[in-house]
Amino acid sequence: MLTFAILLPFAGAALLASAPLSAGQSRLAAILVAALSLGALCVVWAGFIPGAGFQAVQEAPWIPPLGVAWRVGVDGISLPLALMSGLLFVAAIAWPMEREVNARAYYAWFLFLEGASLGLFLTLDLLIFYVFFDLSLVGMYFLIGRWGHGDAPRAALKFFLYTLAGSLLILLALIALVLSVDPLSFDMRDMIALQPVAGMDLRAGLILLGFVLGFAIKTPLFPLHTWLPPAHVDAPGPASAILAGVLLKMGTYGLVRIPMQMLRETFATYALALGVVALASILWGSIVAFAQDNIKRRIAYTSVNHMGYAVLGIAVAGSAVTGQEAARDLALNGAVIEMVAHGLITGALFLIAGSIWARTGTYEIDSYGGLAGRAPRLMGAMGLASFASLGLPGLAGFVAEVQIFVGAFAVWPWLAAIALLGLIVTAALFLGMLQRVFLGERPPALDGFADLTRTEFGVLAVLLGLVVLIGVWPAWLIDMIALGGG
Amino acid sequence: MPLADLGPEIALIAGALAALLMAMALPQPRLGLCLWPALAALAVAGTWAVAQADAARLTFSGVWALDGATLWARILIVTATALCLILAPRWFATDRRHGEFYALTLFSALGAIAMAAAADLLQLVMAVLLSSVTGYVLAAFHRDWALSVEAGMKYFLIGALANALLVIGAILVMGMAGTSDYAALARTDLGQPLALAGLALIVAGLAFKLGAVPGHAWMPDVAEGAPVPAAAFLTVVPKIGAALALFRLVQLFPEVEMLRPLIAALSVATMTLGNLAALWQDDLRRLLGWSSVSQSGYALMAVAVADLAPDALPALLWFLAAYALANVTGFAVVAQLRGRTALADYHGLIAARPGLAAALIVALLSLTGIPPLIGFTGKLELFVATLDGGYGWLALAAVANTVLSLGYYLRVIGPVCFAAPEGPPPACLSRAAGAVALGSGAAVVGIGLFAGPFLARAAGAVVLP
Repeated sequence: MLTFAILLPFAGAALLASAPLSAGQSRLAAILVAALSLGALCVVWAGFIPGAGFQAVQEAPWIPPLGVAWRVGVDGISLPLALMSGLLFVAAIAWPMEREVNARAYYAWFLFLEGASLGLFLTLDLLIFYVFFDLSLVGMYFLIGRWGHGDAPRAALKFFLYTLAGSLLILLALIALVLSVDPLSFDMRDMIALQPVAGMDLRAGLILLGFVLGFAIKTPLFPLHTWLPPAHVDAPGPASAILAGVLLKMGTYGLVRIPMQMLRETFATYALALGVVALASILWGSIVAFAQDNIKRRIAYTSVNHMGYAVLGIAVAGSAVTGQEAARDLALNGAVIEMVAHGLITGALFLIAGSIWARTGTYEIDSYGGLAGRAPRLMGAMGLASFASLGLPGLAGFVAEVQIFVGAFAVWPWLAAIALLGLIVTAALFLGMLQRVFLGERPPALDGFADLTRTEFGVLAVLLGLVVLIGVWPAWLIDMIALGGG
Repeated sequence: MPLADLGPEIALIAGALAALLMAMALPQPRLGLCLWPALAALAVAGTWAVAQADAARLTFSGVWALDGATLWARILIVTATALCLILAPRWFATDRRHGEFYALTLFSALGAIAMAAAADLLQLVMAVLLSSVTGYVLAAFHRDWALSVEAGMKYFLIGALANALLVIGAILVMGMAGTSDYAALARTDLGQPLALAGLALIVAGLAFKLGAVPGHAWMPDVAEGAPVPAAAFLTVVPKIGAALALFRLVQLFPEVEMLRPLIAALSVATMTLGNLAALWQDDLRRLLGWSSVSQSGYALMAVAVADLAPDALPALLWFLAAYALANVTGFAVVAQLRGRTALADYHGLIAARPGLAAALIVALLSLTGIPPLIGFTGKLELFVATLDGGYGWLALAAVANTVLSLGYYLRVIGPVCFAAPEGPPPACLSRAAGAVALGSGAAVVGIGLFAGPFLARAAGAVVLP
């Protein structure tokens, strides 16, 4: 079933690339494929037993001499992320295109990217993980370069180069990790069970450094985040939503799955350093976001901030402070929920930003004002998403951040206390943006500003509905993740 | 002497002679027909090589190694040569005389195979000379075009120097060790400074064929100036032979301590120089030429860890296969577009000629090493071998270089996909060239996805003596 969910989008992409469909037909076909893929994931979810390790496992040999095989399976960390990604892809594909050129190729690349993203979260083979990691770069490169605006080819180039550097570091670290077991095996379950480099100081440290640097570029963590703002600003709205919602999660998911689970001992040694880097990202992301006058750039920097929380949670969870096992599980729980919540919330925010751009062609906050009267539905959606993003209780972001902070206070109280500052700045920046866009005097140029269409509203309603659901009743999600108790 | 051991090579000679005789008899418009005996000879050679797949012995008084490395060299060279030759008939249609092109190419391929199979220093020298002499003519085949003549001239001057170094080196080693036979050399202690100097000179001579520092300077000129079928051939085939010859040499003297660091240093210098120079090119053929210099640097990684890591030989074989396929694809696209070479000519190619653009993109991404293309498995094997062999810093340098190389590959891919096309769609050369471009482009993807069985075969390959 998981194999089906991964390969179906690829097949759909190949179909779209070759069959002569019109723009409308391509869109319908793409939505259908993405929905089917999500449906397959839901079937897996229905049969999922929380806390019982990897499930729905399938294996087939690929490159036997290297011990590489097609291995898929899910646990409580990858399933929620895969489900969130599947949903976000349906939303992004259903969202109207900003510039209606080459619709067939556009939807084909989206499906390609969906296959790569789901594959990354669902695979249990380190090399296949890397393959999908790189494929996601290729898909996003073409989406930004071809359908972006502004200096899109340049932003796409920067994105590809930057993240390829990260992914190659991951590849080297992977090989070094795998070479320390005999015979060669890229099976993640073996690696988690064997802890192959435990007790090898320098080598283990270097391997960890490779992984952390690579994933930190993707996440992105301060100071390796500089590719993110141009990529976001110049990408089309739906691609930004996927970039923030799905691709950034690959960094944090990778951190949990590989360094934290496979290098437990080494990771614990350096967990505090990682926590400090996360803290820097939290503060830097929020403060720099506050200074931006471009709507999308502002949202992009809040991603740095939010991913900082997720990494803080991971660092806390991987630290070996004894006597705090419950707090560490809580922090990991929070990190996973943060990933899901950030995907939904920021995905929605970028879709909204895209719809604003499609109507006026600019992201400058100063050219807006007083839209509340013209576009009440837009204001409602953006308001809800912003409040969720700044962590208002009753919404998904709050559930995640509370758990991360409770965990962090138990392990490193001073770090958590400083990180709280980030929350305050984030609140200020979102409220300021809402106020400047929707309240005040409306510039005459915006008199013809249209509210959200029914499609746009429908898509946002689903995403934000889930945000509220997780906010008021998070138990089902926490059960699915099933840490600690299981 | 078991003549059948050299069956594939004899087939190539026979094919070359047939093509030559035909070239003498046929009128100019029919000269393209010489392709057929050449292709037939290549097919026979390929089949014969496969029939000898399981052989692992020294033959012809120990000067010729019939082993896994030779098998792979034969198959790769035969395939690459066939693909390059198919581009030729239409390309040379307006040339006054081109019947000899096919015979010369076959002789050059023979030289490259002999290089890879040489188990004797004198045999190695002969092979290098055969491959070089024919190569000079191939590079300068457009006799009326200054760039082509310049390419041939440069190739010849650098080649003359490098071959002289190679011969001197071979003589020094022979003189000090008293033998030129690899099996005997392996038992001698090569401690004397003179012999070591000879060894270094041999490495320098082979670096010329490989297109590696210090003998790399001809590569971009040949890529730019030689006729495109010849450029595709010269950037690929001699490299396969030279890389395997170097591998044998390093494997032969595991206790010579300076050899591996020397190769590793050449490797880093080659890949860095090639990539840095390629960054500034606005000419696609020159860019491919410099990229092919940098690829020689990657190939040297596997040579540096020969015998240290069990994966070194399979890594080299598979990397060479991946490089050959991707590079031939790139040049086939250029040939199919009638040799267009300014980057500006490729703007918006994806809209005008989607199939060719896709083949070019796939080839360039494969040269970078993006999964799941064939180049990825090649580079992966290289990294595994280098890390396993304890040359972690070399792998790191290769990583930095890969990022660098993506920079200029994207300088091609970006305009191909994102820029608006200028003028009418470009004219194409021939259906055969198009088929080569699309077919090998598809193979870059297909073989990349199903690399398992090939890698398993490569892992079983042995190298003598």
